[in-house]
Amino acid sequence: MEPILEIRNISKQYKLGGKRIRKTDTFREVIHRAVSAPVRAIAGREAGEVEKEELYEFWALKDVSVNVNQGDVIGIIGRNGAGKSTLLKILSRITSPTEGTVTLRGRLASLLEVGTGFHPELTGRENIFLNGAILGMRRVEITKRFDEIVAFAEVETFLDTPVKHYSSGMYVRLAFAVAAHLDPEILVVDEVLAVGDLSFQKKCLGKMGEVSRGGRTVLFVSHNMAAIENLCSRAIVLHQGALCFDGTSKDAIQFYLNSLSTQSGTGHVVELSGVGDRRSIIAPLLRRLEFLTQNEQPLAEGLPIGSRLKVKVYFDLPKAISDFNVGLGFNNSYGQRIFTAHSVFEPNRSEKEHEGATVFSCEIPSFTLMPGEYTVKVWLDLKGSEADAIEDAAKIRVLESDFYGTGKVPWNGTLVLKHRWYLEQAADAK
Amino acid sequence: MSTTFELTIKPRKGWQAIDFKEAYVYRELLAFLVWRDVKIRYRQTLLGGLWAILQPFIAMLIFSFIFNRLAHVQSDGPPYKLFAYAGLAPWTFFSTSVTQSSNSLIANHQLVSKVYFPRIFIPLGAIGALLVDLFLSLGLFGVMMLYYHWPLTLAVLWLPLFIVGAVLAAAGTGLILSALNVSFRDVKYAVPFMVQMGLFVTPVIYPAHYIPERWQFLLGLNPMAGVVIGFRHALLGSPASWEVIGVSLAMSLSLFILGLLIFRRMENRFADII
Repeated sequence: MEPILEIRNISKQYKLGGKRIRKTDTFREVIHRAVSAPVRAIAGREAGEVEKEELYEFWALKDVSVNVNQGDVIGIIGRNGAGKSTLLKILSRITSPTEGTVTLRGRLASLLEVGTGFHPELTGRENIFLNGAILGMRRVEITKRFDEIVAFAEVETFLDTPVKHYSSGMYVRLAFAVAAHLDPEILVVDEVLAVGDLSFQKKCLGKMGEVSRGGRTVLFVSHNMAAIENLCSRAIVLHQGALCFDGTSKDAIQFYLNSLSTQSGTGHVVELSGVGDRRSIIAPLLRRLEFLTQNEQPLAEGLPIGSRLKVKVYFDLPKAISDFNVGLGFNNSYGQRIFTAHSVFEPNRSEKEHEGATVFSCEIPSFTLMPGEYTVKVWLDLKGSEADAIEDAAKIRVLESDFYGTGKVPWNGTLVLKHRWYLEQAADAK
Repeated sequence: MSTTFELTIKPRKGWQAIDFKEAYVYRELLAFLVWRDVKIRYRQTLLGGLWAILQPFIAMLIFSFIFNRLAHVQSDGPPYKLFAYAGLAPWTFFSTSVTQSSNSLIANHQLVSKVYFPRIFIPLGAIGALLVDLFLSLGLFGVMMLYYHWPLTLAVLWLPLFIVGAVLAAAGTGLILSALNVSFRDVKYAVPFMVQMGLFVTPVIYPAHYIPERWQFLLGLNPMAGVVIGFRHALLGSPASWEVIGVSLAMSLSLFILGLLIFRRMENRFADII
């Protein structure tokens, strides 16, 4: 059987401006170019080359080929800027490829953003129809599925309220609900599940699973490896616009994580001296943070779950003092504190006086927070009160890894803990 | 699933044929976009839909005072107020359409960069919504005709032709300007000025015969001249040169086709540069 979706040697080039930025060309410049072009043609080739240099050509995708069969659920993995979104935009016909062809043998609907085309002044009911139409649904289809959409979004009582009065949670629920009830043969979904509260995310993932089990072909971009592993049988990895892996989702995730950890580490040192957004009582005292992992390796792209994390805090002590402490707070992307490390908890804390440049290191043997981004707050206490504090001093990213040693990636909750399961003797079961 | 469905996505460069089939498939969306614009236009206004008729009406009062009373511009037969309004109704439609449609792609940039449908519906939807206003202002014109006891002639049967002419002229201009506006934000500043100039080169506030015989052919080059002359002929029975109207309507049609082609050629890059 022929593949439902054939991607053949797709490349996409963007021309980004150097000195002259294409995007905001003014009419005058174009006229100027048009007028001066023949002059330059006469003057010779050199002038033409200068023109070329001014535009920075950038290949967002280079020679990507993938065949997708009907019923495949394919995850697309890659770092930011790897070309994932560009690929989806080409498949959705939002932008056209520079080279290559795509053959579609089924109706394709794409969901690149939740709530595209929602209008704040329109009511929930009106937006369902408008958004449905924008996503390619017929009026009769929307009418038929209207009640289902409303029930999924849980907005029954606010149907005739303009969505500008909705809470952001309601807004996202309604928007996803419309998209979730699209009925295409091929569904393309960008990282849209990263919004909304956890219970709704779970509901969305459940819906996605339902869609994929229904024999629908799905292409799914996510940074959530657990979701990819859960939903997709197959996954491709993009790196700098090129396809570098195509296989089972488990292998693809492994490949991706390995490729991350081999990348050279930059940015593991965060300078704090110049940070203006801080609360300093005397003077800015905190100078630097340094993040290290296993074997004192600098922490590069992210920290696989359960790995060792060592944070070196550099600061100045204005005078000789023994009563100083350092705190590190880890907040999740919703701004909730997940974990606080503080030197007052250290039982073997020395009572020695220090002065001037000091380094205080915090070591966490196994950092068991769930994958995601965490912001790090750092503060310095002198004699029990805060002397310098920086709220968003650094970000660290925890990556999926085979924490339990079973090849299963943890997908829910806030943290991972080592645990065991065993069956009791049959006699105990009665 | 339909086994016959097949679509190939290829690089697009240069001039393209217009895809009427696709536009037909998505026709419901055009209706939805028009409906959206009609719904939201006058939300949170006190006067609501009254604004649709208030604009040409107030313009008519002001122009009657300045041009008729002070400058002694005469109509070509009917009371000047009727005469001015019959010209201002299509002109207001045209100028508002051009202003709004030329800005429509920018205003809806999230639609352009996040979802696919025929982009042409964005400027056309804006114009469709304004067509509703045109019909409202024609309703007011009916009331004015009763007030002035001015009889309707059979020429009114021509009115649909001139409404189509107005839509073609507005759509052609709007398509070209909206596409240009994506790359060149200069359009935003040029449009209000162009629209203002347009009011004076089109016989809206003065009758067409004020223009000397040997320059009459120039009127034909203005796509809106035929529409305005035609509206007056259809609504008030004013004399009309069919030669001028014919050439001018042909200009509207050409402008529309040119607009379609230019838009089609440029839409390719919208998502990348908007």
